[in-house]
Order: sequence, then C-alpha cells, then structure tokens
Amino acid sequence: MIELEGLTKRYGEKTAVDRLTFSVRPGVVTGFLGPNGAGKSTTMRMMLGLDSPTSGHVRIDGKRYDQLQEPLNHIGALLEAKSVHGGRTAYNHLLCLAQSNGIPDRRVDAVLDMVGLASVAKKRPKGFSLGMGQRLGIAAALLGDPRIVMFDEPVNGLDPEGIHWVRNLMQQLAAEGRTVFVSSHLMSEMSVTAEHLVVIGQGRLMADTSMADFIAENSRTYVRVRTPEPERLRDALHATGVNAVAADDGSLEVDGQPAARIGDVAAQHRVVLHELSPQNASLEEAFMRLTAESVEYHAHTAAQGQPPGPAPGQSQPPGGDRPTQQWGTGWKEGR
Amino acid sequence: MSTPYAQQPPPSPVPTPPGHAPHPPYTAPPGGGYSSPIPVTRAHLGHALASEWTKIRSVRSTVWTLGIMFMLVVGIGLLTAVGLDSEGDGYIDMPLLAGGLFGLMLGQICVITLGVLVITSEYGTGMIRTTLTACPRRGRVLAAKALVFFLLAFVTTTLACTLTAMIQSSMLGGRTVSPEDPVGEAVRDSIRNGELIATSDEWLDATVGAGLYVALLGLLSLAVGAMLRHSAGAITTMMGAVLLPPILSAFMIGESLEGVRDALLDYSPLNGLATLYGVPMSDEVNASGWPLLGVLAVITAVAVGAAAALINTRDV
Repeated sequence: MIELEGLTKRYGEKTAVDRLTFSVRPGVVTGFLGPNGAGKSTTMRMMLGLDSPTSGHVRIDGKRYDQLQEPLNHIGALLEAKSVHGGRTAYNHLLCLAQSNGIPDRRVDAVLDMVGLASVAKKRPKGFSLGMGQRLGIAAALLGDPRIVMFDEPVNGLDPEGIHWVRNLMQQLAAEGRTVFVSSHLMSEMSVTAEHLVVIGQGRLMADTSMADFIAENSRTYVRVRTPEPERLRDALHATGVNAVAADDGSLEVDGQPAARIGDVAAQHRVVLHELSPQNASLEEAFMRLTAESVEYHAHTAAQGQPPGPAPGQSQPPGGDRPTQQWGTGWKEGR
Repeated sequence: MSTPYAQQPPPSPVPTPPGHAPHPPYTAPPGGGYSSPIPVTRAHLGHALASEWTKIRSVRSTVWTLGIMFMLVVGIGLLTAVGLDSEGDGYIDMPLLAGGLFGLMLGQICVITLGVLVITSEYGTGMIRTTLTACPRRGRVLAAKALVFFLLAFVTTTLACTLTAMIQSSMLGGRTVSPEDPVGEAVRDSIRNGELIATSDEWLDATVGAGLYVALLGLLSLAVGAMLRHSAGAITTMMGAVLLPPILSAFMIGESLEGVRDALLDYSPLNGLATLYGVPMSDEVNASGWPLLGVLAVITAVAVGAAAALINTRDV
C-alpha cells in the first residue's frame, strides 16, 4: 500500500508535481500514466525518498520511506535508465544490495535465474543491451521479495518476448497480493496490464479510476460519413433527431447511431455517400486528449493570472467545470 | 535472439529460493498483502559495511589505483635506494628512510583518485539511487563508505611504505659516519656508534604515520567527492589542494609576503608527508610530522561532517 497526500515538488518557479493525492492498493496492477515531463519520475523518486517533497508526504505501508528498517523487503523499485555501476558484475551488483538489507546470498542467484540473466551473472552491465539492463533492474527490484514493486517504464528496450514476460510478471506479482505500481507513457501498454489507472498531466492528477471504467467512459464509437453534399445530409439527419458533426477533413461524424440507420436516412433523401464506416477511438487518443487538456488548461490560467484550479483530489478533476470538455468528460461521474 | 539470456525460457516469476519449499498457495487476506517467505533482518551499519566492502572490491578502479600506488611507492623507493647505494659507501646526509617519500608523493595521487571515485562513480552512473533506495539512511551509507575506504587505503599504503622502508634500511643502513662528514641537524639524533640508523620514531613515522596521512588525504577526497558529486571536479580540487601551495609559495617574493609563503609551505599536504620522513620543506628541520597529521585529521573530520549534512538534504 502506497499513500500520497498533497505531494508537491517545486523547482524554483516550476511546479513539477502539484498536490498529488492518491493511494496504490495491493492485489492489482496500478498503471501510472502521463506524457513525458508530466512528473511521473519525480513522483516515483519522492515515493522512494530520493527527492524530498516541497510539501505533502508519502507513506509506504504506513511509514515514511527512511523509517523502513529493511526497505528492500517492503518495496522494490526499477528506476529510470540503468541505475547501475557499469563496471560491477551483475552478481556483485545484486550481492551488495542484498548485503545492505541482510538478504541471504542465495537469493541473488534466485533472482538472476528468475529474470533469465543467470548465464551473464559474471559479466559487467556495461556491455548489456537495454533489455538486459531492464532485466537486471527488475532482478534488483525483486531481490527482497517485496510487498510493493514499482517499475518505471519497465518495457523500455525490451523485445516482444521480454515485453510479454514483464506483463505476465506484473500480473503474477499482483495476483500474489503485492502492490504493483508501474509507470508508462503508453496507454496501449497500460490497457493490457493495468487494472487501475492513475493519470497525471503537468504534475496534476487527471484521473484515478479503474481501467474498466476508463475504457467504458472513453472508448467512443462513432460513424464516419463522407458525402459530396454534407449540408443536405446533416439537415436530413437533424430532421430525424440525429446530430452530425463536421470533422476537419470534410467528413461527418455521428455519435451513438448504427451505420445502417444513417445509410437509410441518406437513401431516403437520395444523398450520395462515399464512405459510411463505424469507427472506434483508441484509448491512446482518449489519454492524449485528457492530458492535452491539462496543458491547455495551464496555459489558459497562466494567461489570465488566475490562481490554480481546485485541488486535484480523487473526486475533483482540475478544470472539471470547463464547458468545452468533450468526450473524456464523464470519466469521473460514474465513480 | 542471439544473446544468451534471451534463449532461456521466461522463468517462473514466483520467487522460489533454492532449498526453500515453494510458495504456499496465496490466500488473499482481506486488506492485507503479500508476505515474503525469506527471512527478514533489521538492517544496521554492519550490513552497510558488508555492502560497501563488496562494492569496493568488485570494481576495477580499486585494483588499478591501489596497484599503481603500490608499484610507485615500492618501485621508486627501490630505485632511490639503488641510486644512493651506487654513490659508494660514503655518508648520505639524509634520514635513512627518507627515500620512501618520493614514491609516496606520486602514490598518494592514486589514493586521492580512488577516494573520489568511491563516491562520485555512484553519482556518475546513477548507482547512488539504487544504493539509497536499498539503504535510505544516507548517513549510514556515507559512514560505511568512509570506513571501508579508509581502512583499505590505510592498510595498503602502510604495507607499501613498510616494504619501502625495509628496502631503504637494508640497502643503505649500517654506513659509518666519519667525524669530517657534514652531519645535518635532522639526522644528528639518528647516529649510534658512528653508524646512521633509523630510530623507532622514524620507523613509525615512515610506515604507520605515512599510511595514516595518505589514508586521511584519501578520506578528505571522498568527502570532497560527496560534496561535489563529480569525478573530474573533485579530483582536480584535491590535486590543487595538494600541489598548488608549494607552487604558489614560489611566487610569494618579498618581505611582506614572507608570512604567507611560510604558511603555504608549512601547511601544504606535501610538507606534512615530507616532515614525517624527516625532510621538511620548511626551515624547521626537527619538526615532528604528527601535528600536521592532526591538522589534516581535523580538516578531514570537518569535511566528512559537511558531506554528511549535504547528503541528507540534497535530492539525488
């Protein structure tokens, strides 16, 4: 269990992490999603006691990180990039970490075997590929058989087999009752691994919801219609109570109607159709809109000199009262 | 799929240490979490010391720097002794063990480099984040690093110095001093029965004293490295501290600067070492090297304290 309360980090004028409050529960994989520069890594560093927050706090199993007696048994972390001395062999790297927490030496061999690095245990990580480096980082995270595991971009640089392995590993760890917290900037990656989602943008909490809810709220289906007479078709549809929106590329988009019905209406009014196709908006797109809005929102308030919006607590999205929000607006209401 | 690691089938992620029974099937306690079958120990300084010892012995820089230091000290000591020996059997106006100084003046640079690298290599590679997540008590990490490095540097330097002193003593010792030889003030106490010998004080100074001095200088480098967090910056700083004072003093010409010049010479780290070997750079020929060693110890203690304060407050 990881609990964040009002966690804030400022670097001079810039606020990297802005009053984050959420908790990460055991037994599920929680995805931590945000575009590059959203504050994911800073947040994770604060969780691990590496950076000290400007205000607010983090509790790991109810304790501050530096109060943990045997931290590796509580929490194992795969940090960004290779946080490894390139000249120290994989075995010795894990051995020195194990020794600092009083973990028996045989555990080092066990985790090396577990991540598939047993054959290169005596090699220096300097010559490791990105994927092997990630595996070594994961081995270090699993060393203390921790109750909480935290992975920062774990699939970076892994081959498809490695990606598959990491996904299964995370789900298995969660199934064993552990808390699994994994960051990514790829929604597609999260949608197949995470059960719960925490989304941040510009350091603010944008969403804290289950993946199922997020999909239900955000997987918008619509029908794209192309016709040489868009105005006529629009009027015809409007007359039957269906609203069509003109898209940028000159096509029409119709929400919440089967394609057949639109075809029927067009036939009745003898409108020529060039395209009539049902569309599914990807979750990636939903995520991009969600976080892009946070950027716009920021620029807007900065220009008007307003104080920051409402505290991004778990129930109140920042900018939730904005009238221009489109789909993606409803992601909170159902909770 | 040509890398050896990729050929292995993805192993079971369930941690099953050898010799351990496999996990009992997990039954989720309400609101609880996972609990590990591996024994939990309370981490203390002993664990940090073991960890730091593994770290220092498992990188090449340790072997290289200490190995080169050993070769410089013993090799140059040997060459000095051979050179002096070939001068003939006459009297040499120099303390018997002083030949060890020249090698150590170069060898100390290796110890300084290692002292810096012990901490800055962690910052340079990002290893420090891994280290501090494994041991969030940063003071403990720094203390363990300092202790392990200091003991290692002290033992190896003292060994090298002792070997060198034995070479000097065996090759140059036992020479007779005739009454017409110009016996300097520095060696007047070291003549017994017309022979130049090394007193027990001289032995202590040239072995344990010199080892302690260089190890303290290395520890100071470690503290500077912890404060600057940058290998090149910290090594340059330490080189400047060691080499600049005698060079600067050469530019202090004139009566008014005499005090500054003398202070620069007296308190330069090189003079501390030279004084321990009985050949001080200043005029005080009979000075003991231990007060200067005390000064270095105080400076080092302050630097380590400052490094501890900084490491606790800074983000990594």
